[in-house]
Amino acid sequence: MVDGLARIKQDPEPHKTNKVRSVLKLLYKKRWAYYFIAPATILFCIFTVIPVIRSFILAFQEFRLMGNVWVGLDNFKYVLTDPVFHKAMRNTALYTVIMVPQGVLKALVLASILRNLPEAMQTFFRGAYYLPGVASAVVISMVWKWIYDPNFGLFNLILGKFGFGPYPWLTSPKTSLTSIMLMGILTAPGYYIILYLAAMKKIPRELYEVADIDGATPFSKWWNVTLPLLKPTTLYITITSIIGSFQIFTSAYVMTQGGPGYSTMTVVYLIYNTAFRDFEFGLASAQAIVLAAIIVFISIFNFRAFSTDVQY
Amino acid sequence: MSNATGGSVLGRALRPRKESDMTSTGGLHWRPRGILQWIGAILVFLFIVAWAALSLLPMAWMFTSAFTPSSALVKMPPQVSVKNFSLANFKDLLKKAPLLPRWFLNTAFIASVATVANLIFDTLAGYAFAKMDFPGRDIIFWVILSTMMIPSQVTLVPMFLLVNKLGWYDSYAAILVPGMCQTFGIFMMKQFIQTLPADMEDAARVDGCSELGIWWRIILPLCKPGMAVLGISVFMGQWKSFLWPLIVLKTERKFLLEQGLTTLQQQFFTDYGVLMSGAAFAAIPMIIVFFFFQRYLIEGFTVGDVLKG
Repeated sequence: MVDGLARIKQDPEPHKTNKVRSVLKLLYKKRWAYYFIAPATILFCIFTVIPVIRSFILAFQEFRLMGNVWVGLDNFKYVLTDPVFHKAMRNTALYTVIMVPQGVLKALVLASILRNLPEAMQTFFRGAYYLPGVASAVVISMVWKWIYDPNFGLFNLILGKFGFGPYPWLTSPKTSLTSIMLMGILTAPGYYIILYLAAMKKIPRELYEVADIDGATPFSKWWNVTLPLLKPTTLYITITSIIGSFQIFTSAYVMTQGGPGYSTMTVVYLIYNTAFRDFEFGLASAQAIVLAAIIVFISIFNFRAFSTDVQY
Repeated sequence: MSNATGGSVLGRALRPRKESDMTSTGGLHWRPRGILQWIGAILVFLFIVAWAALSLLPMAWMFTSAFTPSSALVKMPPQVSVKNFSLANFKDLLKKAPLLPRWFLNTAFIASVATVANLIFDTLAGYAFAKMDFPGRDIIFWVILSTMMIPSQVTLVPMFLLVNKLGWYDSYAAILVPGMCQTFGIFMMKQFIQTLPADMEDAARVDGCSELGIWWRIILPLCKPGMAVLGISVFMGQWKSFLWPLIVLKTERKFLLEQGLTTLQQQFFTDYGVLMSGAAFAAIPMIIVFFFFQRYLIEGFTVGDVLKG
C-alpha cells in the first residue's frame, strides 16, 4: 500500500508517460512499414506537394533574378484579359467539346459491337484498335503532318483522284484546328474500347437472362441493362478524356507550332511558351492554376451529373 | 515461376478476373436471324473492319514512307511499291542525324532505370499499404492518391526551378529522380498485393525472416505478374515522355528520342522519307513491346477499374 503510494508520487502522470511510451513502442514495432513507404513519401513531398504549394505562391509573384516580387492578383488579371490566353482557351475548349463526346461514343459503339464477336476476333480487333496507341504522340503527329502535307500528302492525293482539293489542312488558320481534331476523330480510341470491354464482361449474365425471359429485344437489353451498368466506366472515361483534351500540347507543338497565327495555340502550349520561352514564371503559374481550376471544376460537375447509384 | 502454372499461388492470384470472364460470356451474344439481320450484321462487321484499317493506316503509311526513297514519294502520284523498297532513308537519316543512335540509347537507358526504380519503390510502398497496419496508413495513402487529380502543368514551373536549384538542369537526374516512383504504380501494386494470401508471409515471420526479407523472398516473387504490368507501363510511359525532357535537357547529345525527333522535324521539315524513317525507328521498339506483352498491358489497363468504383 505504502509502496504503491510512493510510486504514484514519483510518477505524477503515469497514464501520460505510458501513452507516449506505448505510442513510441508501437511506432518502433511498425518501423519497417515506415521505412517501406519512406522513399515514396519523401519523393512525393519534394516533387509533388512542395511544387504545388510553390505554384500557388509563384502565381502571386513576378519572377525576378534578384528575388521575386509580390504582385497580388496582377498575374491573374493579366491572364484573364490576355487575348492570346482567350484564344488558347477557346481552342482548347472547342477541342474538348468536340473530341470528348465523339471519343466516348465511338468507344461505346465499337466495344458494344466487339462484345458480340467470338473471343479470338475480339482479341484481334482490340489489338488492331489499340496498336496505333503504342506509338508516341510525337510519332503520330509527325505521321499525320505528312498525311496532311498540302503538296504530296496522302489526303490531298486521294481527294485529288476524286477531283477535290488540294486543301491546305494545317497550313491555313481556317482549317488547322479542324485538321488536328480530324486526326483524333479518325483514330479509334483503343484504350477506351479495352476499358469498356472489360467493364461489359463484369456485368452479370443473369441480368441478360432475365431480360430474355421478359422478351427484351437486343437493343432494349443494350439500352436498359448494358448502358446503365457501364455508367461508372463512362464517367471514368469522360473525366480522363476531358483532362487529356484540356492538356493537349504535343500535336500542336509538332504539327503546327501553335500556328498559323494563334489558330492552334492551346493552353498548355501557352504555359510552355510563357514559362520556357519568355521566362515569365509567375504568369505561367497563374495560367496553370486557371487551367487546373477549370479541370477540377469540370471533373466535380461530371461526378455530380453521373453519380446516380448503380446497383447490380 | 511462370504465370502459366495454373495451380500455383500466381494462378490463384490471377484467377478471379478470369472466372468472371467465363461466367459472363455467352448467353448475351446477339445472333442474327433472317436475311435482313444477316445483311445488317455483315454491314456492321464491315464497319469495324474498315475502322480497324483506318486506324492502322497512319502506321502503315509511316512504314511505307520510311522504306520508299524520298524521290519516289514526292512524285505525282507517289511511286509506292514493293519494287521501290529501300533502306536509303535510314542511311540518309543516320547521315543527317548522327546523334540518333545516341538518343535511342539514352532513351533506353532512362526508361530501363526508371522501370527498375519503380519496380522497387512502388512494390515497397504498395506492400506496406496493402499488408501492414500502421498509424497514419490510410491518410498518407489517400493524400498520395488524391494528387493524381492535379494536372501536371501546375507543378511544371516549380519543378523546373527546383531542378535548377539542385543543379540538375541538363542532367538525367532531373528526369530520373522525380520519376523513381509513381502514384499509379503504388496504387496498382497495393491492389495486386492485397489479393495475395497472407499464410506464406506469416510462416516466414514465424521463422524469423526480417520484413525486408519477406518483401524480397516472398512478396516480390508472388508479384511477378503485377510487376510485369507495372514495368511495361513505366517503360512505355518513359519512352514516350516528351514535355519534361524538352524542358530540362539542353545539350543535343543528351536528348531523348522523342525530343530528338522534333528537332529533326524542325531541320528537315519536308524531307518526309527521312522523318518517317526516324518516326519508325522510335515506334518499332514500342510495337515490339506491345506484341510481346499485349496481355499484361491490357490487364494493366483494367487495374484502373477500382478507381471507377
